[in-house]
Amino acid sequence: MKAFLILEDGTVFEGTSIGSTREVISEIVFNTSMTGYLEVLTDPSYAGQAVTMTYPLIGNYGVCYKDMESEKAWPDGYIVRELSRMASNFRNEDPIQKFLLDNDIPGICGIDTRALTKILREKGTMNGMITTNENYNLDEVLPKIKEYSVKGVVRKVTCKEKYVLPGKGPKVALMDFGAKKNIARSLNNRGCEVTVYPAYTKAEEILATNPDGIMLSNGPGDPKECVEIIEEIKKLYNSNVPIFAICLGHQLMALATGADTHRLKYGHRGANHPVKDLKTGKCYISSQNHGYVVDESTLDSKVAVPAFENVNDKTNEGLEYVGKNIFTVQFHPEACAGPQDTAYLFDRFMDMMKKED
Amino acid sequence: MPKIESIKKVLVIGSGPIVIGQAAEFDYAGTQACRSLKEEGIEVVLVNSNPATIMTDKDIADEVYIEPLTVEALKQIILKEKPDSILPTLGGQAGLNLAMEIAETGFLEEHNVKLIGTTALTIKKAEDRLMFKETMEKIGEPCAPSLVVNNVEDGEAFAAKIGYPVVLRPAYTLGGSGGGIANNVQELREILENGLRLSRVGEVLVERCIAGWKEIEYEVMRDSNGTCITICNMENIDPVGVHTGDSIVVAPSQTLSDKEYQMLRTSALRIIDELGITGGCNVQYALHPDSFEYCVIEVNPRVSRSSALASKATGYPIAKVAAKIALGYTLDEIKNAVTGKTYASFEPALDYCVVKIPRLPFDKFISAKRTLTTQMKATGEVMSISDNFEGGLMKAIRSLEQHVDSLMSYDFTGLTDEELLEELAIVDDRRIWKIAEGLRRHISAAKMHDITKIDLWFIDKLQIIVDMENALKRGPLTESLLREAKRIEFPDNVIGDLTGHTEREIKELRDQYNIHASFKMVDTCAAEFAATTPYYYSVYGSENEAIETKDKKKVLVLGSGPIRIGQGIEFDFCSVHCTWAFKKEGFETIIINNNPETVSTDFDIADKLYFEPLTAEDVESIVEFEKPDGAVVQFGGQTAIKLTEALMKMGVPILGTKAEDVDAAEDRELFDEILEQTQIPRAKGQTVFTVEEALKAANELGYPVLVRPSYVLGGQGMQIAVSDEDVVEFMNIINRIKQDHPILVDKYLMGKEIEVDAVCDGQDILIPGIMEHIERAGIHSGDSISVYPAKSISPKIVDMIEDYTGRLARALHVKGMINIQFIVYNDQVYVIEVNPRSSRTVPYISKVTGIPIVKLATQVIIGKTIKELGYEPGLQKAADYYAIKMPVFSFEKIRGADISLGPEMKSTGECLGISKSFDEALYKAFEGAGIRLPKHKQIIMTLADKDKQDGIDIAQRFEALGYKIYASRGTAKVLKENGVHAIQVNKIGQEAPTLLDLILEHKIDLVIDTPESGIERAKDGFLIRRYAIETGVHCLTSLDTAHALISSLEHAFNNQELSIVDIAKIDNRGNN
Repeated sequence: MKAFLILEDGTVFEGTSIGSTREVISEIVFNTSMTGYLEVLTDPSYAGQAVTMTYPLIGNYGVCYKDMESEKAWPDGYIVRELSRMASNFRNEDPIQKFLLDNDIPGICGIDTRALTKILREKGTMNGMITTNENYNLDEVLPKIKEYSVKGVVRKVTCKEKYVLPGKGPKVALMDFGAKKNIARSLNNRGCEVTVYPAYTKAEEILATNPDGIMLSNGPGDPKECVEIIEEIKKLYNSNVPIFAICLGHQLMALATGADTHRLKYGHRGANHPVKDLKTGKCYISSQNHGYVVDESTLDSKVAVPAFENVNDKTNEGLEYVGKNIFTVQFHPEACAGPQDTAYLFDRFMDMMKKED
Repeated sequence: MPKIESIKKVLVIGSGPIVIGQAAEFDYAGTQACRSLKEEGIEVVLVNSNPATIMTDKDIADEVYIEPLTVEALKQIILKEKPDSILPTLGGQAGLNLAMEIAETGFLEEHNVKLIGTTALTIKKAEDRLMFKETMEKIGEPCAPSLVVNNVEDGEAFAAKIGYPVVLRPAYTLGGSGGGIANNVQELREILENGLRLSRVGEVLVERCIAGWKEIEYEVMRDSNGTCITICNMENIDPVGVHTGDSIVVAPSQTLSDKEYQMLRTSALRIIDELGITGGCNVQYALHPDSFEYCVIEVNPRVSRSSALASKATGYPIAKVAAKIALGYTLDEIKNAVTGKTYASFEPALDYCVVKIPRLPFDKFISAKRTLTTQMKATGEVMSISDNFEGGLMKAIRSLEQHVDSLMSYDFTGLTDEELLEELAIVDDRRIWKIAEGLRRHISAAKMHDITKIDLWFIDKLQIIVDMENALKRGPLTESLLREAKRIEFPDNVIGDLTGHTEREIKELRDQYNIHASFKMVDTCAAEFAATTPYYYSVYGSENEAIETKDKKKVLVLGSGPIRIGQGIEFDFCSVHCTWAFKKEGFETIIINNNPETVSTDFDIADKLYFEPLTAEDVESIVEFEKPDGAVVQFGGQTAIKLTEALMKMGVPILGTKAEDVDAAEDRELFDEILEQTQIPRAKGQTVFTVEEALKAANELGYPVLVRPSYVLGGQGMQIAVSDEDVVEFMNIINRIKQDHPILVDKYLMGKEIEVDAVCDGQDILIPGIMEHIERAGIHSGDSISVYPAKSISPKIVDMIEDYTGRLARALHVKGMINIQFIVYNDQVYVIEVNPRSSRTVPYISKVTGIPIVKLATQVIIGKTIKELGYEPGLQKAADYYAIKMPVFSFEKIRGADISLGPEMKSTGECLGISKSFDEALYKAFEGAGIRLPKHKQIIMTLADKDKQDGIDIAQRFEALGYKIYASRGTAKVLKENGVHAIQVNKIGQEAPTLLDLILEHKIDLVIDTPESGIERAKDGFLIRRYAIETGVHCLTSLDTAHALISSLEHAFNNQELSIVDIAKIDNRGNN
C-alpha cells in the first residue's frame, strides 16, 4: 500500500506503508544509529515524535524482545529507507514488520531518508503526517500538521505505580520520566536496589525512604513543560542525597537550579556523538537523544559548572553541582542503542553514594 | 594536547614493492600521512623501494630515498639525514618489521631516533603471538585456544589435544603467508613445516579452528590522551576461514544486533587501550553465529588494507589523522576534513552500504588452485557504494573487469544438483555465483547456508537478485519492474539480455520513463552536518545531491580500477598526476574509479570523486549529469582506454591522442600501414582467428612464433610457440573467452628489448630516457629487469631509437604519452609494440630523470608545446647514475602457479636500485626485491639444453664466490667438463636424495631452472620451481637474470658500504 509523508513545509515523500495504516501527525526527527533499531523504537524519549532512521537497511536482525528498552514502542511513526524482508540473527524472534503491527506504529518505507534528513538539518525539526490516504488535500492537512506540538508526554510514558527491583547494595530511587530499562539494569548490575517512582511522585515521599542515591532518568518532550516535577527536584537538590541524572533529568535539575534550556535546531540523536570530559580532556563516544539542551550562558557558576561538552557543536553535555553531590549528563551512559564507553559514570555514582556513608 | 615540539624531522617507511597482501593501500596511507605531516611543518624523509608510488614523489616528501627496505640502507639514511623520529606504522607489515628490526639493533637509541605513533613495545604486544595472547588474557579478551610452536612435534601434540581442524598462523609474515587450516596430521605437518620456515622468527601459532564463524572487523583509533573511537566495522560475507583480503566484505556489519555490535566494539576499544596504541589499529574477530561467544583473531597496530577500505567506506581519513596523532595531537583537536566543522573524535555514521570484492588473479594463473584459504591471494579489490546491499553487490561485481556483470556470469548450469552442492563445498571466488545457481534450482537457502556458513541474510539478498532475473525473463518489462531492477543495480545490458532487448533499447526506455542514476554524498555523518567534500556514489530512485558546477572547464579522468597483474599502482600514479596537472591549469577535475586502495580515490585529489564502476553505462550516468568538456583516457591503463569508444558515442571529446590513432596502434592492419609509411621494420606476423589460420601463419613465418590476442594488458594470453602442438594449445586457451579482435601470430626474434616512454605534442617529441631490459625478448617487459640509461647499445642504435620514436609518434598523431617497445636484433631495430598511452615505466622514469612526464603530457594535451614548456625536444641527456627496475613476484601466495617467465606478465610489483655503479644498482634492486644472498652458499642449477653453454660462466662465478653448486645430471656434466665442481643430484622420482630433497632441507639459497621451450611438459621442472617458491627459496628461470644476480653479488662481495641517493634532489637534467 502507498503511504505519504507530508512535512509542514509542504514537502511530500511517497513510499510504501509499513506497520499500522492509521494516519498520524507528529514531530519528525532523525536518528543516525546504524544498529539498535529496536532499542530506539522502545526508548520512551521518542514519545510524541516520529523517527527517521538514516541507516537505510533496517530489520536485518529481526526483533529480540529482550532488547526492548521499555514495555512497548513509543514513537508515533517510523520512517525508513528499506525494511529487510529477511531477519537473520540467532536471537531473532519476529520480523520487525510484525513488531510494528503489534505495536500499532504507522510508518513509511522506500523514501529517500537522506533527502528528508537534509531537510530537517537545514530547516530544523518540523512536524509531519504519515498517511495512506492518496487523496490528501495539502491545503487541509498542512494547518493541522503545523498545529501539532509534543505535549504531556512524560505523563504518558512514566510508570503508573512505583515498583522495586531488588538488590543487596545501595538503595537508589529512580525517578521515571520515561526511563530506559538499562538505567535500572546498570544500577541493578552494580548491586543496587532500585525503586522506580512515577514522574509525579512528591520529593517528600522519596526522601522519606532515605535512599542512598537518587537517579533522574531520561524522558521525552520539552523540559520546561514539567513545571511540577521541577518543583519536586528543587527539594531533592536541597536534600543531601547524591543525585545522578541523565538527559531530561539533567535538564530538569538545571531548570530547578535557575539555569535555562533551549531547543536545538534538529537535536542530537544517534550513537556516535563525541563528548569531552572537561577535567581529563578525554573524549567518549556517546549515545544521544535530545532536542533540548541546557544553555551554558545561563549557568550560575556558584551552582553548577560544565563537566562535559559536545565536541561537535560545543553544547553542554554534563554538569557538576558546586558543593553538592550531584552530577548530571545530557548523553546516555546506559547506551542501548549505542556505545558503552560512559558506563563508568554509573560506577562514579556508586562512589558518590559510598562517600555519604 | 598540542603538537610535540621536539618532532621536526620524521622518517617515514613505505611498504616496498606491491606483492599480494601488501598493495596500493600503503601508498594511499603513506601519501596521505606525508601530506598531513608536511601540513604541520614537519620535514619528511621518505624511504620506499617502490618507484611506482606517489609517496616517493618529491612533492610528497622533502627527501626521498628509493632504496631497498633493509636495515643496512635504513642506517645509511638515518646517518645522512639525522631524523629525530621514525613513523613506522604506515608501511604495512614490511615497514613495521623493518622498524622493529632496526629498533632491536639498538641503533635508534644510539642515534637518538624515536619511534613515534606506536612504540616498539606496543608493536611487539600486538604482533608477537605469545605476548599478544598474554595481553588478551590479562584483560579477559578471548582468543581461540592456541599455542606458539617452533617445531612440528609440539604442533602435532597440541593439535591432538585441542582437536582438528586447527589453524596455523606463522608469526611476522604478511598476508598470512604460509598459514592454513589443517584437517589432519598430514596436512598439519606440511603447512607447519612451511610456516616455520617463512616466519621471520621461526614461530607458528596453532589454534582452535573457528572456521565458519562470522568474521567481523573493527577499525579503531586512539590518541595519546586515551580517547578511543571506532571508524567503521565490517562484516565478511565469507565466514572465518577465508582471508579477509579474499573475502567479500560489507560495511557496516549487517547481521549484528546492537548487543553484538557494541560487545565487539567495546572489546576493540579495550584492546587498543591496553596495547597503548596511538594511531590507527585493526581488530579482527570471529563471532559465533549462534551465541555471544567470540574470539579475537588478530590485531594490526598500524594502517592496513582494511583501514584504507574503512577510510574510503566512511570518508574518514585514518592515515591522515594517525599521522597527526603521532605528532601529539588529540582527536578532538583534529578537524574532520570532510565536514570542515566537526572534529576527528567522532564515529562516522553511514547512510549507505559498502561492498568490497577482491580481485583474484586466477585469470593469470590458469594452473593455480582457485580455492580461498587463510592465505591471501587477491592482488587488489573493488568497492562500491549503494543505498541497498543488492545494488552494492551488483556494482562491485561489474567493477571487477573480469567478464562478470551479474550473478549469471559464471555458468554452472551443466552441473547436476549433487555436483553443484559439491562445488559449493569448495571455498573459492565463485561461491556467490554457485549459490545463485542453487537458488535458481530452488535448492533451499538453509541447505546452502549449512554448506557455506554464509549468513542467510546474504543468501536472501542473492535470492532477491535471482528473483529479479526471473521477473525480467518472464516480463513484461513494465516501468515499475525496470525501476526496481535499476534500484538493485542491474546493468542495462543484463536487463536487455534477459528481456530480449539491446542495451541501447533499455537505455532509451529508461530515458522515456526518466529512470536515471542520481548521486549521493559520502559525508561521514549520515547528512547530520553539511559536508563540503564532493565524494559521490550513484543510486536509483533518490534525489540527486551532486552539485552542478559550470564555472570552469571540466575534465573527466578515468581511473584504472582494481590492481591486477599487468595493471598496477603505476596507473594510479599517472591518473593522480594528470589530475593535479589539470587542476593547476585551471580545470575542474572529475575522477571516476572504484579501487579503495588508491590515492586517486582519496577525497581531496580531484575536485569531484565518483566512486563508481568503470563501465560505459556507469560512466554515461556521470557524463549525462556533469557534461564534461573532455575526457582523458591515456593515463588509466587498458581500463580507461577500453572506454574510449563509448565516451565518443556519448559525445565526450577525448583529450590528447585521438581514438582512431589509438586504434591504429592496436589494429594490426592499420598499424602495418603506419609502419610502412614510416619505414620502420617489425617482426613479420599475421592476424588470425582460427586454429587452422594460426597454424598456417606459424609455419609460414617459421618457429618460434609469438601468439597473442590484441587489446590485452600485461601480455595476457601471450605465449611463445615452438611447435604446431603449442599453437593449437595456445589458441584454445585464448579462445576460451570470445575474442572480438583477431589474434596475432608473429615471428619471434630473440634480441635485446628496449623500451621508451615519450611525450609528443604532435610535432616535437621528448624522450626522457631509454630503458634496456636485462632479459632477452620473450619475457614480458613488466617481468624484465629494466636498466636506465640503456647500457649496452651503440650510439647508432640510440639514434635509430630516437628517430623511430619520433616517426611513430608523429605518424600516430600522438598528443601526450606514447610507450614503444623495440627489439635490437643483429644491429637492427624492430618495433614490437606501440601504446599511445601511459605505461608501467612512467613513474620510474619520471623519478630517475627528474622530468615530470605526466604533467608535461597533460600540458601538451591541452595545447602547449614541448618547447613552450622549456624543454629541448628529443632524447634527454642520460643521468649520471644507473636506475634499475626489478620485478617482484608473489608466487609463494598462489599455489600451483607456474613461475617460469614468458611473454605473459606475472609480477605483481617492482622495486628500484639506484647508484652511480651499475653493479651496486643491481645489488640494491635485488635486495629490494627480497633476494638477499648468501645464506647457505648453495645453489641448484637445472638448465635447458639450449642454456647449458651459457650457464657455465654463471656457475664459475658463483663458485668463485664460494658457492657450492648442485645440478641435474645433464647440467652437471656440462659444468664439470668446464671445470666447475658441480655435484650431480638425482631427478625427482629417482633414488634419494633428489633435487627436491635438497630444497626441502632448506640449505639452498637459489634455484636456477630454465624451462625447455614451449609449454612445460617436463613435470620435474615445474615441481622444482614450485617447491623452491613454496619453501621460500629464490628461483630464477632466465639466465640473463642469473647473470645480473651474480654481477650484483660480486659487487657486494667487494664493497661493504652502501651508497644512497636522494631522488628528490635529481634535477631534470638527471643530475643529483
